[in-house]
Amino acid sequence: MQTTIHVTINGKKRSDTVEPRLLLIHYLRETVGLTGPHIGCETSICGACTVNVDGKAIKSCAMFAVQANGCDVLTIEGLARDGKLDPMQQAFWNEHGLQCGFCTPGMIMTAKQILERNPHPTEAEIRDGLGGNLCRCTGYQHIVNAVKAVAAGKGA
Amino acid sequence: MATTTITKTEKLVGKAMRRQEDPRLITGSATYVDDIQMPGMLHACILRSPHGAANIKSVDIAAALAHPGVAAVYVGKDTEKVGPVPCGASLPGLRVPHHYVLAIDRVYFIGHPVAVVVATDKYIARDAVDLIEVEYETLQAVTDPEKAIGPGAPPVHPEWPDNVAFNYHQEGGDVDTAFAQAEVVVKQRITSQRLIPSSMETRGVVADYNTGDKALTIWSSTQIPHLMRTLVAQMLGAPEHKVRVVTPEVGGGFGSKLNVYAEEALMGFVAMKLGQPVKWIESRRENCMCTIHGRGHVDYFEVAAKKDGTILGIKLKLIQDLGAYHQLLTPAIPTLSVLMMPGLYRCQNVRADIVGAFTNAVPTDAYRGAGRPEATHGIERMVDILAAELKMDPAEIRLKNFIHNDEFPYATGTGLSYDSGNYAAPLHKAMDLIDYHNLREEQRQARSQGRLMGIGLSTYGEICAFGPSPATPAGGWESATVKIEPSGMVTVMTGSSPHGQGEETTFAQITADELGVGIDDVIVLHGDTAIVQYGIGTFGSRGTAVGGTAVYFALQELKKKIKKYGAMLLESEEVSFSDGVCVDHKTGKSVTLAEIAGASHRAMKLPPGTQPGMVETYFWEPPNFAFPFGAHAVVTEVNRETGDIEIKRYVAVDDCGNIINPLIVAGQVHGGVVQGLGQALWEQAVYDDNGQLITGEFMDYAIPRASMIPWIETEHTVTPSPVNPLGVKGVGEAGTIGCSPAVVNSVVDALSTLGVRHIDMPMTPEKIWNLMEGARA
Ligand code: FES
Ligand code: FES
Repeated sequence: MQTTIHVTINGKKRSDTVEPRLLLIHYLRETVGLTGPHIGCETSICGACTVNVDGKAIKSCAMFAVQANGCDVLTIEGLARDGKLDPMQQAFWNEHGLQCGFCTPGMIMTAKQILERNPHPTEAEIRDGLGGNLCRCTGYQHIVNAVKAVAAGKGA
Repeated sequence: MATTTITKTEKLVGKAMRRQEDPRLITGSATYVDDIQMPGMLHACILRSPHGAANIKSVDIAAALAHPGVAAVYVGKDTEKVGPVPCGASLPGLRVPHHYVLAIDRVYFIGHPVAVVVATDKYIARDAVDLIEVEYETLQAVTDPEKAIGPGAPPVHPEWPDNVAFNYHQEGGDVDTAFAQAEVVVKQRITSQRLIPSSMETRGVVADYNTGDKALTIWSSTQIPHLMRTLVAQMLGAPEHKVRVVTPEVGGGFGSKLNVYAEEALMGFVAMKLGQPVKWIESRRENCMCTIHGRGHVDYFEVAAKKDGTILGIKLKLIQDLGAYHQLLTPAIPTLSVLMMPGLYRCQNVRADIVGAFTNAVPTDAYRGAGRPEATHGIERMVDILAAELKMDPAEIRLKNFIHNDEFPYATGTGLSYDSGNYAAPLHKAMDLIDYHNLREEQRQARSQGRLMGIGLSTYGEICAFGPSPATPAGGWESATVKIEPSGMVTVMTGSSPHGQGEETTFAQITADELGVGIDDVIVLHGDTAIVQYGIGTFGSRGTAVGGTAVYFALQELKKKIKKYGAMLLESEEVSFSDGVCVDHKTGKSVTLAEIAGASHRAMKLPPGTQPGMVETYFWEPPNFAFPFGAHAVVTEVNRETGDIEIKRYVAVDDCGNIINPLIVAGQVHGGVVQGLGQALWEQAVYDDNGQLITGEFMDYAIPRASMIPWIETEHTVTPSPVNPLGVKGVGEAGTIGCSPAVVNSVVDALSTLGVRHIDMPMTPEKIWNLMEGARA
């Protein structure tokens, strides 16, 4: 059984025919070819697959592609505009907020959401906000610094 | 044509530079193994044992084979000639079980691969795996290493009923006299629990076979592409020069990808059989079950001392949980613990006995620190226990026993030669930073209010920069090629294979300084055996200390050539080369690196005895390991009602020799410390008595989240290593090694008023609460 879905991804509309059981993360990575979002667990723990759907950071391994029908999806690939990095991307770079980079696309999407919900978070609020995203490399401190830098207007 | 940007004098080594590799990683344009798509690519899914120990009575693959979309199903009999999965370590009398890539008639641990399904789509492959019928006869399993070598344990391998893979003895000095003369002897059983390395990217393999060329390409998420090529070629009986291994972006390893696994050969086998590319991506559950675990020690320590705290002798009986097989370095890891067991102390009298125990569990192997965290945890706990026994301050007893600054190079009782050190310096610095003496006063007040506050120290040393080849199973050198393109742009190829360590930046910093070019004029390539000369890889804190040094020496060779061409072009006897220009000081004339590189490629004229082109390769053999050290200080408070541990301050002072990039070093320390915190407080791979892995997902295996960890204050002292010209020592594992004893020492200190003398990790709230309840009773 196949279903047709219509999705706007990083500003571009597209239609695809998918199996109902296809996870959104597999749809994005394999059908659409956006391999920025990663798969670290497939059980909605690690956050490597985090993308933004209709304004909300979600774990795309915990959602079916058919559930994104009619939605507006933003992935890490859609952040930089005309070659200019998003302030959060820039801050991760400046602050050394990544090592192997595998968690990074999900981290950046979550980090942006933290500030969208609360533009001036405390350090504890930042750490809480990152709670759904695991990083095994950085020990999180430089990631926290990156979020702080953007909150302080220093991401550019 | 683009040429090198202006010559420069500003030095980049030592500067906190953001990384060259980051733009692709922060924009989602990096390529990890799972990002590779190829026309006609098939997907593999592996059926694994649900039992810790069982005989396989039958495997029925008919339904799976008949499933639409399935291209092939293979079982153990089909792959009998592939492999075995290699063990690179050798010890006298070592028992090495034959490690087939798929189980033949018996499974030895939960997750043991039994069959592989290959299909057009990974969903179909997973569906078809469920259609395979395996009849098992379950057997009694044993997963506790002490029970395994005790009486009446079920044999993991029937041919060796005692479950002992090896016994290993090492001794230095005169231990018996030391213990006979002791005024005090302290003993403690200390465990370092099994851990799951948990790189965020699981393992993964893509294999593609060109039937015309008879050439196999394997993309694998590994730390050791060249060794993998050699070993996978052996496993498949394929000519090595027709095997290419590519490590694209690698999402963390921490030692778990310093290995060659069944799946790399298995995917090679499938690709060669079917003539179609095939991809296998490990699930998180498989990663927990089937990728090596770390640690797995039960250590019985005894320390003999004088009443003034002088350590006279150390004995260690070490039981290593090996798991069911030897992976690449499994049996070698505990021998590193033995080498490191005297820590930073002037104690020559040491005796260690290791028993390697087979268990029905996935093999243990190198995980961040690999043997050294266990040793450091042991000796640093023992020194605190001794201090408590003698009612001495833990700092004072350490300062009393440190190897003195004028004793380096220092020959240890375990046969190492510590390169350089100033062990008191980081301890003093950590104590100043944390305000140790006032803290003790604060602690007295806290105690008088009934609060459980603890202060913990650890002073660690580690063996890094692996290592001299005679001491390393597969060779301990590293290689580098540096070439200057006709335009003057610089390409560095390192045999080291980074996966998050930032070598594309640090090696470019070294190169830019030596050649006087900008950092963007340098590119660092790695991780493709078709592009890069043979190399060893990134592990054991060796990337910069060995790989960076190879780059440095290749650059020195290249500079000789640059000067020869410079002299020819300037028609001069003698020129100097610095900041990207050759200068004849007599005439004041100069020629740029780009002009020299161009001339060397056009080769209209050659300096006598010199080849055209501008490329040099250097294989550097290190004469010794490097030995970083440091001190960590931790303040904790234990919640009397819940057993929760709050880390109030964390100070890490590391001495990793000279620092190429402070930002990257800080990141390594943070990440290392947090893995140490994970071990100290939360993480443990738990098997039940049937060999079932209870912590088989991130739901159950507690790797630290951002909100669980404190701010980490880092500082450094700098004692350059004399082993390499960069003076670097290595920092990848330091944080992990220093962390766990400092945290446990702190919590034991907090609970010492209740009579607590030792706590095994992880110090979960439940364990702490029970301890406190026990003390109350
Ligand atoms: S892959 Fe989605 S949360 Fe881990
Ligand atoms: S940078 Fe490697 S997992 Fe976060």
